[in-house]
Amino acid sequence: MDKRLKRILPKVQKPARYTGGEYNQIIKDKADVDLRMAFCFPDTYEIGMSNIGMRILYGVINKMPDVWCERVFAPWGDMREEMVQAGIPLYALESGDPVSDFDVVAFSIGYEMAYTTVLDMLHLSGIPLKSADRPDLVPLVFAGGTSCVNPEPMADFLDLMVIGEGEEVDCEVLELFRRAKLEGWSKREFLVKAAQIQGVYVPSLYEHSYNADGTLASVTALEGAPERVKKRIIEDMDSVYFPTAPIVPSTEIVHDRVNVELFRGCIRGCRFCQAGYVYRPVRAKSPEIVARQGIELLKNTGYQEATLLSLSSSDYRHLSEACDLMLDWCEPRACSLSLPSLRADNFSMDIMQRLQKVRKGGLTFAPEAGSQRLRDAINKNVKEEDLLHSCKVAFQGGWNGVKLYFMLGLPTETDEDVVGISEIANEVLHTWRENAVNKNRGVRITVSTSMFIPKPHSPFQWEAQVPMEEYMRKVELLRDSIKARNVTYNWHDAKTSFIEAVLSRGDRKIGALIEEVWRTGGYLEAWGDYFDYNRWAYAFETCGIDPAFYANRERGKDELLPWDVIDVGVAKRHLWHERERAYASTLSPDCRKQCTGCGAASLLKGGVCDA
Amino acid sequence: MLKLRMRFEKTGRAVYISHLDLMHTFHRVFLRAGYPLKHSEGFNPHPILSIALPLSVGHGSVCEIMDVTLVQDTVDTAQMAVDLNAVLPEGIRVQAPYIPETKASAIKWLRVMGRYEYDGKQAVELIAPLRAFYTCSELPVSRKTKRGEGIIDIAPYVKDVTINADGEDVRLAATVSVNEPTINPELLVKVLQQNDPELAPDFAEFTRLEIFTEKMEVFR
Ligand code: SF4
Repeated sequence: MDKRLKRILPKVQKPARYTGGEYNQIIKDKADVDLRMAFCFPDTYEIGMSNIGMRILYGVINKMPDVWCERVFAPWGDMREEMVQAGIPLYALESGDPVSDFDVVAFSIGYEMAYTTVLDMLHLSGIPLKSADRPDLVPLVFAGGTSCVNPEPMADFLDLMVIGEGEEVDCEVLELFRRAKLEGWSKREFLVKAAQIQGVYVPSLYEHSYNADGTLASVTALEGAPERVKKRIIEDMDSVYFPTAPIVPSTEIVHDRVNVELFRGCIRGCRFCQAGYVYRPVRAKSPEIVARQGIELLKNTGYQEATLLSLSSSDYRHLSEACDLMLDWCEPRACSLSLPSLRADNFSMDIMQRLQKVRKGGLTFAPEAGSQRLRDAINKNVKEEDLLHSCKVAFQGGWNGVKLYFMLGLPTETDEDVVGISEIANEVLHTWRENAVNKNRGVRITVSTSMFIPKPHSPFQWEAQVPMEEYMRKVELLRDSIKARNVTYNWHDAKTSFIEAVLSRGDRKIGALIEEVWRTGGYLEAWGDYFDYNRWAYAFETCGIDPAFYANRERGKDELLPWDVIDVGVAKRHLWHERERAYASTLSPDCRKQCTGCGAASLLKGGVCDA
Repeated sequence: MLKLRMRFEKTGRAVYISHLDLMHTFHRVFLRAGYPLKHSEGFNPHPILSIALPLSVGHGSVCEIMDVTLVQDTVDTAQMAVDLNAVLPEGIRVQAPYIPETKASAIKWLRVMGRYEYDGKQAVELIAPLRAFYTCSELPVSRKTKRGEGIIDIAPYVKDVTINADGEDVRLAATVSVNEPTINPELLVKVLQQNDPELAPDFAEFTRLEIFTEKMEVFR
């Protein structure tokens, strides 16, 4: 280990996250590979190591014999400062080698607030931030992850972006890059060829022009790049690679357990939910595969808890079967299963009791809106009776805490809808009073609200976000209406949601803003410890960017949207149709009940969804 | 049920794993190697696993002691070490377990090695003054205790000090008390900083070499 590093590690918090050396890390001989890839996660080790996408891709890429993929995370502030002072560049955990030694630097960007961290990690590696300032073929700097469904805010910095699920396309890109490197292609040559791979977006091959009002006028694809980039999906979830011998961190991470994926996509179609649209269509694993992978994971890691992971796990058709198969193995070994997301409507006490034998902490539900009318408008098909029934069963079963999540500022929302939230909380309290098995233990009902953020590729992509003052007015209104002592109310800060709204629907001009915020110290901004609104406010001024143009402006039906170049499979016309149904407070059926022809089925070979 | 003791080393990158994280890591290691630990009875059952003399983060050791209770009644001890070593993180290695005949509280002395780094000084020139320093009859050092700041003379609890050059660095070895009182090897640097700062290294790295009983027999 580097002597300078040895000196600083004892001084920083949780140094084990900066050393590598964990069980099951993948070590190769660098002399034996053609490409070295630094897989960068623009957040801390604890967050990144809890990310299932990163785990999958680390495994998939390292299966390529000619490539060695290593992990890089963002250092916490204390470590960052020590590294800068000691002149230690950002390094990869497996080998300890500086990122600047690598051929490929790839980022997984799951959320917009990580953008400044991406820039900082490039900077700490000594790599020029802008694609245009890196004329050579090596290093290739690319990214994937949910945020890339609107690639424009980060377009200046990345050589290419991968849209959709990475298992296949990442390897195709790396294989092409390996050839390019061996054959000595120019960067441009490589990028032009890479743009022909389905799912690859090369920002420099698209020219943007703007109207006088600042909206996008046209996007011109150059050198044969596709007009629209179609996302990639994995069709057969049973045969796709899944890591069952993953790295076991030697220090605590956020999700200290194993994750088994049940299915991708979501049948629901909640209109505010970007994930529900961009991951379509639903593709499930068979219960036997789920159980086999889950058991192998537990065996190979020594963890005693497995999470059955999906966007809406209780919608998994074979949930009981998969649980039974796993529990036969788990129970004698004191292992437990957990579900991250429960829906109040098909909540099954039976499953819950089987899953959480010992721990009876809190339950979480997300009704999202305070009235049936508004829940219909956002297509969140949860009825108050269902929620109360679920709570009743839970209280009878000994649970004594419920967390309820809501959004404020949803399209069509009235003050009545806002106050409705406190009425739901009261009903839940009433249900507890009538059904609690042990009233002496008391009950904790927590209501949390966040500010609605309109997201690309959702039916609400055209909406204006409510101004921050309006959100705060709604917060006050709700706070005043919550009277019960056992109900706690937390609300999410409006400022981060406002910035997120600017970034998520940003165009290419936003790149300068992100760079300016980074330049003035922006870093790890998904953390309250580091987020500073003033930095953004200052950068809006300096860059001459009006944030309201991005956050608070309603887009026209025919406006060319910066992310229209990305085809996630769902037709824009379908999204508009869903938006109109929202304004009529009309529910749409879920994919299992009836296909509404969103277009995503065309991503499948057979052209039909098996929802 | 089987009570076992084993020696293990914690070196290289593993020295930054904290005591608590190490306990969790070992718990998982025993499970994935197929040697489940017995759990304590009671409201909040936890695996029965204890590690004597928690190491400070950043310190290495080739003489750690861990006591565990296995669920099973018999075990092939040599095979068990092989199985555990196959699934341990880099830098942690165990030796074959054995049935303990003593209590871990009988550990009294620790042989420790320190590597002192000096910036812009010649190590060889420091050897003589360092030797002289550590053989002083009094080595007072102020340290934080539970009861606040206190001065302790560590001279009676530090013995057999050797000092040699180690490339550009200085290598020290010493035997320190680890039980009433507990002398953290870092006090060997602190005592320099407080009494003769010219001799204090810019960085020091410690590794435990061996543990002994009161009578200076190797602890088993
Ligand atoms: S094509 Fe139909 S079933 Fe498939 S995702 Fe779209 S709406 Fe759902």
